[in-house]
Amino acid sequence: MSALSIANAAYLVAALLFILSLAGLSKHETARNGVWYGIAGMIIALAATIGRVVDGHPGYGIGLLIGAVIIGAAIGLWRARIVEMTGMPELIALLHSFVGLAAVLVGWNGFLEVERNGEGGFVGSLLRIHHAEVFIGIFIGAVTFTGSIVAFLKLSARITSAPLMLPGKNVLNVGALVVFVVLTVLFIVHPQLWLIVVVTALALALGWHLVASIGGGDMPVVVSMLNSYSGWAAAASGFLLNNDVLIVTGALVGSSGAYLSYIMCQAMNRSFISVIAGGFGIEAKAGGEEDYGEHREIKAEDAAELLAGASSVVITPGYGMAVAQAQYPVAELTRRLREKGVNVRFGIHPVAGRLPGHMNVLLAEAKVPYDIVLEMDEINDDFAATDVVLVIGANDTVNPAAAEDPGSPIAGMPVLRVWEARDVIVFKRSMATGYAGVQNPLFFRDNTQMLFGDAKDRVSAILDALG
Amino acid sequence: MLIGVTRETRPGETRVAATPATVKQLVALGYDVLVERGAGELSSFADEAYAEAGARIGTAEEAWTADVVFRVNGPTLEEVPRLRDGSVLVSLLAPALNPELVDALAARPITALAMDAVPRISRAQSLDVLSSMANIAGYRAVVEAAHEFGRFFTGQVTAAGKVPPAKVLVAGAGVAGLAAIGAASSLGAIVRATDPRPEVADQVRSLGGEYLEVIVPEEEKQISADGYAKATSEAYDAAAARLYSEQAADVDIIITTALIPGRPAPRLITAADVAAMKPGSVIVDMAAAQGGNVEGSVVDQKIVTDNGVTIIGYTDLAGRLPTQASQLYGTNLVNLMKLLTPGKDGHLVLDLDDVVQRGITVVKDGEKLWPPPPVQVSATPPAPVAATEPAPQEEKKGLSPAVKLGLIAVGVVVLFLVNALAPAPLPEHFTVLTLAIVVGFYVIGKVHHALHTPLMSVTNAISGVIVVGALLQVGQDHLAIRLLATAAILLASINVFGGFAVTRRMLGMFQKG
Repeated sequence: MSALSIANAAYLVAALLFILSLAGLSKHETARNGVWYGIAGMIIALAATIGRVVDGHPGYGIGLLIGAVIIGAAIGLWRARIVEMTGMPELIALLHSFVGLAAVLVGWNGFLEVERNGEGGFVGSLLRIHHAEVFIGIFIGAVTFTGSIVAFLKLSARITSAPLMLPGKNVLNVGALVVFVVLTVLFIVHPQLWLIVVVTALALALGWHLVASIGGGDMPVVVSMLNSYSGWAAAASGFLLNNDVLIVTGALVGSSGAYLSYIMCQAMNRSFISVIAGGFGIEAKAGGEEDYGEHREIKAEDAAELLAGASSVVITPGYGMAVAQAQYPVAELTRRLREKGVNVRFGIHPVAGRLPGHMNVLLAEAKVPYDIVLEMDEINDDFAATDVVLVIGANDTVNPAAAEDPGSPIAGMPVLRVWEARDVIVFKRSMATGYAGVQNPLFFRDNTQMLFGDAKDRVSAILDALG
Repeated sequence: MLIGVTRETRPGETRVAATPATVKQLVALGYDVLVERGAGELSSFADEAYAEAGARIGTAEEAWTADVVFRVNGPTLEEVPRLRDGSVLVSLLAPALNPELVDALAARPITALAMDAVPRISRAQSLDVLSSMANIAGYRAVVEAAHEFGRFFTGQVTAAGKVPPAKVLVAGAGVAGLAAIGAASSLGAIVRATDPRPEVADQVRSLGGEYLEVIVPEEEKQISADGYAKATSEAYDAAAARLYSEQAADVDIIITTALIPGRPAPRLITAADVAAMKPGSVIVDMAAAQGGNVEGSVVDQKIVTDNGVTIIGYTDLAGRLPTQASQLYGTNLVNLMKLLTPGKDGHLVLDLDDVVQRGITVVKDGEKLWPPPPVQVSATPPAPVAATEPAPQEEKKGLSPAVKLGLIAVGVVVLFLVNALAPAPLPEHFTVLTLAIVVGFYVIGKVHHALHTPLMSVTNAISGVIVVGALLQVGQDHLAIRLLATAAILLASINVFGGFAVTRRMLGMFQKG
């Protein structure tokens, strides 16, 4: 029983634990156990690997290894502790970029190793396959890296979230892929360092461009897509290093990210390809400045009265709630109304926020019980029997044009049918359009009233008025 | 500019055209406000409250000669000369029913705006006095009926026996009718409502009423284009009359609200229907001022018929809630002034290209502008039966099943060839990869939507497993490799530890209620 065979056996156990971890995360009841499975799997995988390293090269690099792990762990735990729940999307995007960069570095190392050791260990076609693996690993890793960095910058509003519109952007993307294929073939035939440099630069540029040309409203898809990429990057490294645990884990992460992206795309009634190719958000606005009539305003006190008199209330939050950090007053409002016997529930659109499940996390942070937080399909039929709907910082996800106006750019996108309720109160900073750049006829409906101002202030004012 | 709020001169009028609250808003729009002494007395608004809100208290003369004169009721013919040349009069005018008054106003170089001529479009709702007053009147009609009615509205089972709920019929489901339906049903009565416009059925139900449809198969159902009810056909009237006769014998309370703009109120309840009602029943005829929906109703009077049915013909129902009515009327005026004061500088600008402003302008600088051109309420043509099917959406450029099948087949063949031809370790890797992808899809497919973010952060932590790759490389005796590997270990460790820690933090927050 060598260190290698022990490690391989441990990898299988780790891989199974990872699968159990993901399975556990599918339900609230088992989610916490799921995380423990994941941690256990990771410990086993790391222990086995470190054992193997120590066994093979006693003394070499152990100090570096431990030092790097400790520093990384410290940074990771620190960030995890201080991150605001509203900043979750940024953190996750940033973490994706680390995986991407690590994959690039591992790929470079794979090449340098072969350079240094000559062709030892690889014979004939295996060497060429190894080269291809190096190349592909670097490419995926680099795309993930810059893509995640751009996503991070957009999410944290360090750069504008409007889509970048280079002329012929599809040609650029496809061209980059073609160049990549050509470079791969070249590299397999003549492995040269400069080819690695070129492909790294190419992939970095492609990753940047891909995400830069996607609008901020599509960020849930982008983040889960990058999640998927980071998985594929790990899987590619697994091929490169002949390591099954990397392949299994990478594939798990890759397919889960892809599936989540698919769910998000369905929720926006949009093709996956067009989103990842940065095609959305550029469709012509329908009809330009149509006259929708005039909106009506409501004061916080009147809104409080409306709520106090209601028997069922549905709150549909959007990204605006995260921006205004309004989840705490909203939770307090929920608690207060529930004490009065009002049936308060939340309706969450699949793409609300900038991360899949973003709203759920924010509401959980503010201690809203998760069994009153429902998803679109669960709540949509109940709106007609609802007295008051509070739309807090959501726009496109409650736009009746999607359901009623076949000419609208968001036509066909499933939306929360809030307008069927008796009264709708929309919390909004101004009359500006949502991310899709589409005017929202909801604001002009007879049963809609606008409550302008910062969502947090307004909800607090309602709380005061409720007394 | 100066706004003068005059004391109402019509006998029995209790309302006032501005309240302390609306005075504040008018001042904020840049106007000076002068309130005639005692103007708000009957609405329980003291002069001091107006003064506190920023108004000046003055004489009737001062108020009548202001730049803009606010009133609830229009002036009488004798009062028209009290207005100053070039001033603007804002009040209820009923221009269709009062041609002499319109002519008298047009004889003066003044501008007259009729608050009861606001077109019924969504945008103008905030200044629609008829709606705000009808809302109050509808409520008050129920209260008046309850006052005269000798029984509970709601049904009860008490120790002293069972009390059946009252049955209320509301004729006409406009604003007043709907308010009456809401008020009566919240008192616990069984409410039924009729209206020639079938589209109001949902509104009736939403307030707890039951919509009684007049069955006239041969007639096109009436769809309102301008938001008001129209006169009905003979066939409809006959069917409706049968319905009312049936209902009159059954219900305890009837509230009629049927009005057709510019015409006498339609006669809905005949003397025979009244005679068929049970003693103690109550009828409130809200259209009494326009001739009455009920045979035998008398304007501003409560009468009791021979068979003990009370018929109420009050026309001041809204005025019977003077504080509320004044507040709503005053707010309607404020909303009008917001529209007319685009600069918020206290300077009134009348834009006759705007359908709302055109609609209410009866006289402009001595020129008679009544009646205004008709306004369409709804942008869609009022023909729901013939509504064009929404244009079939363009089929998504989906792949045909055959192409899909072909692609899958190609994929399988490629996978097969790769596995069959590739040298030793590769097929195993592909096997592992393929199975892992399939497992991934099935495991993730059932994830609860609320756990998407924790799932993502845990997969993120797990993808930090790439640290394993870097660990394997760090042992190499080569500086560059070692440095790169160390950097990779550091980065991946951030992921592993940060990812798990943040997931645990998030999951700790989720709790069941």
